[in-house]
Amino acid sequence: MNFSAFVQWLDATPGSVALRESMLGYPMIETMHVLTLCLFLGMIALVDLRLLGLGFQSIPVSEVAGRLLPIGLAGFVLMAVSGALLFYSGPIRAYGNIFFRIKMALIMLTGINALVFHYTIYKRVASWDRDPIPPLRARLAGLCSLVLWSAVVVCGRMQAYNWFEKAPGA
Amino acid sequence: MDLLPFFQQLEATTVGRVVRESLWMFPVIECVHLLALALLGGAVLLVDLRLLGFGLVNQPVDLLARKADPWLLAAWMVIIATGIPMFLSEATKCYYSPPFFYKIGLLVIASVYTFTYRRRVTRELAYGRAPLTACASLALWFGVGFAGRWIAFY
Repeated sequence: MNFSAFVQWLDATPGSVALRESMLGYPMIETMHVLTLCLFLGMIALVDLRLLGLGFQSIPVSEVAGRLLPIGLAGFVLMAVSGALLFYSGPIRAYGNIFFRIKMALIMLTGINALVFHYTIYKRVASWDRDPIPPLRARLAGLCSLVLWSAVVVCGRMQAYNWFEKAPGA
Repeated sequence: MDLLPFFQQLEATTVGRVVRESLWMFPVIECVHLLALALLGGAVLLVDLRLLGFGLVNQPVDLLARKADPWLLAAWMVIIATGIPMFLSEATKCYYSPPFFYKIGLLVIASVYTFTYRRRVTRELAYGRAPLTACASLALWFGVGFAGRWIAFY
């Protein structure tokens, strides 16, 4: 079964239909998805600001990252669960949406950025932990993270608009 | 006093008209509004979580609050600056939306609370906790965000 067929099947399951048509469930999940942004992206942004040397400079980088990233990770889990439910509520619509596809690709890029950061420059954090302005590669990782996650948010929001969906008669 | 004529006047303003008649302006402003929400949430959570005993627990509260304040204030200003044109573009719709009035009411309370009482508490606290102050802040801001999202539904 290819992914397109899977999406067709998922869209027709009773749970998907019920969620799509619910008066309360869908708005609740969407609200949770949006507000969890504070917990997830809020923490990520604070760490990124420290990496960029733009904020919290008196606090060691490893302390900021070590204390705030676990909280951000909890936010990410809530984000992923609520996001999966939103996808489940309308798989065909989401799958066919260009912004959804860009968003998924961007999330993968944020993962790559985080992995590269953790396994390269962050390995040597002891040598620059207290630098008010971290080394270039750390600053670049922070900048990439901020830009990529902002783009994820923009795509997520744009997904709700239907300008590009096939116009009537087109 | 009926506010409807006033809201209709607001919707008829140049800013309201321009945003309403543009296809892309509302979504773009909305994206900036959301990104600022994430930053405001982060700055609020950083200090509130610390007051509850989570996050940067090795740092004194007053130092954290001082460091978080400029970001909180900047995000707050961006949220207001983007919220106003969105409101103007659909003021009449907002008039008929109960969540809109809840949001504005809670926003006023949350802002006053944050910039007066909560600021004083956090500035006078070093290594202690203040869970009640934090819970009130979290509840207020959660209410603002929750009601804000529901403007789209009701």
